[in-house]
Amino acid sequence: MQPTDQIPFPLAKTRTHEVCGAGSHVFAFALAARLGQHVMWLRESWDQQQINPIGFAEFIEPADLTLCKTEHQLETLAAAEEALRSGAVALVVMTLSKPIGLTEGRRLQLAAREGKSTGLTIIPEGHGSNAAETRWRCTPVFDADTTAADSTLQRWELIKNKSGTLGVWHVRWNVASRRLVMVPPSRE
Amino acid sequence: MFDGMSRRVVSLWFPRLASDRVLRQYPIDGPFALTLKQNNANRIYCLNTEAIAQGLQQGMPYSDARAFCPDLKSAEAQPQYDLKFLQTLRRWATRYCPWVGLEGENGLVLDVTGSTHLYGGEEVMLSDMRSRLMRAGLSVQIGLADTRGAAWALAHYGEGVAASGNALPAIKSLPVAALRIDEKMSISLQRLGLRTIGDLAKAARAPLTRRFGPKLLLRLDQALDRQPEEISPQADAPHYAVRMTLPEPIGLLPDVMAGTERLLIQLCAKLKSQEMGARKLCVTLRRVDQDHQQVELRLARPLRNPQRILPLFERGLSEMDAGYGIDMLRLEATEVESLPVQQVSHVSDGGKDKLDDLISRLGTRIGLENIQRFLPADSHIPERSFIVASAAYSDPARTWAVINKRPISLFPPEPIAATGPRPPQRFRWRRMFLTTGRAIGPERIAPEWWLEDENWRSGLRDYWRVETRQGRRLWLFYTPQNPGWFVQGEFA
Repeated sequence: MQPTDQIPFPLAKTRTHEVCGAGSHVFAFALAARLGQHVMWLRESWDQQQINPIGFAEFIEPADLTLCKTEHQLETLAAAEEALRSGAVALVVMTLSKPIGLTEGRRLQLAAREGKSTGLTIIPEGHGSNAAETRWRCTPVFDADTTAADSTLQRWELIKNKSGTLGVWHVRWNVASRRLVMVPPSRE
Repeated sequence: MFDGMSRRVVSLWFPRLASDRVLRQYPIDGPFALTLKQNNANRIYCLNTEAIAQGLQQGMPYSDARAFCPDLKSAEAQPQYDLKFLQTLRRWATRYCPWVGLEGENGLVLDVTGSTHLYGGEEVMLSDMRSRLMRAGLSVQIGLADTRGAAWALAHYGEGVAASGNALPAIKSLPVAALRIDEKMSISLQRLGLRTIGDLAKAARAPLTRRFGPKLLLRLDQALDRQPEEISPQADAPHYAVRMTLPEPIGLLPDVMAGTERLLIQLCAKLKSQEMGARKLCVTLRRVDQDHQQVELRLARPLRNPQRILPLFERGLSEMDAGYGIDMLRLEATEVESLPVQQVSHVSDGGKDKLDDLISRLGTRIGLENIQRFLPADSHIPERSFIVASAAYSDPARTWAVINKRPISLFPPEPIAATGPRPPQRFRWRRMFLTTGRAIGPERIAPEWWLEDENWRSGLRDYWRVETRQGRRLWLFYTPQNPGWFVQGEFA
């Protein structure tokens, strides 16, 4: 464990955050599990990659997730803003394919503050917006000497933080207790 | 009957209801017929008088009718609109008496007991009915008698009025078919020599019952007022629409919202009295220049709470162009669902209400069908083991059976270059060079042969969970019947 350098998770509420990398979905669902309430998941309709309810059932109940299909990114942002502002959902996750400007990012922040909800954008690497509160890079790590095949090792890297320090953590999702377990990184 | 006043029933029969309805809209001279496809053949459904004069008959094949009568004009019959038209006539007929019911597909039955004097007697009332219907372009046959059965008989077989108290003299010369019996029974009766109702009334009752069952004499007794028969008046279907005409045109959004609120309060009170909730609402704004503008609102859940519906209209109404002003507002619930009164619970359900409102509001922006939820489905095929349903028209399901570990995301299978039934040591996927660190499997999944699925043409699939040394955990499958390797998903 890292007593001095605690992981800032769950993320600061009433803010929007960003995540990139192959482990983004795990990050998003782990956050949804921590926040506990309803999740709104927005994606563009052309996106072939689909989240699988049987796969994420080990994080949250599939009934607690509402899916939104939008036509293009502008619609995603508008719908996300509406959902954040309403305060009806605890977490709004959106997949973005193009970088967003400062104005759009700022609007999302304001909406999250007004609705007291959390926003999370899944972005391609290097497409971050300056308005985001934190930015994470999540990558799965191959764990050679594990015997527990059901839990997965992830490397979560905090690469941007407006109100704190950066850091790297190795975490594992424990399916039975539905919580994150921190793993010392020295094993690398 | 009460006070010695005998019951009087009018039966209206529209022998050419369907063709009259069409010809009212599109008047045509000459023979005209409506056709209906029955048993794969186009048959004559309804004719006008000219076509009947040419010798055409209902039920004959359309091709024969064309051969007999080359200048026959025709159209396709629409029985559902005929029924709607009959409902309209039913509503019109309530001007004569409150008890009006439907009689079959092309008739009406009116209980005019005690209302004939309002029109100056029976004869005057009947001629009033006839002239109004004729002016509307409808051919009609009218019968009036003490009983529904006798009135029906008169309307269908020779019009007329049966005297009060005894219907037999008026109907005794009518054929037995006028008793509303089926054709087979009437032919059997005619073979016995019982051709008219008068013959039947004189015949011995016991043998008739033994031979034809109780129905025949029941019909006779109903016609002759020895057995009661009720007339069920139909209630008007509730109509969920309210409107407001304004003395001065308005144009500002707050004014339009205030008007909509007033209409909503009225409409919701009506919905509440019927225990219904609105699913789809439509506001029509009529401008001074007679142009119409409509705002439609689809709700995620049936609602009848004005305070909750009104804010959902704001977005749609703000996009309207008021022009020179709006002088009429009309609000209609175009789709309603039953919403029974529920006991108020002390457990707060505000979160769900908020979510439903959010879904409604997003629905006005991106379409209600694009807001979805996952529901379990009974299939072992990975991509068919769940369905994506519209959130507004389904309930969340809490029962998810997770038997095998499944990837967190799925995508259409992407081929990789590899051979052999074991997962490859090295492979290239999405321009990444990956090496297998650990592979768990195989899990064999067979296609569902009872469903045609293009993606499963390659046959059986052996699924492997492959953990790569680079970190990513992929779901690979091998198709032994048609060798090839594919990547279909990624694990958490």
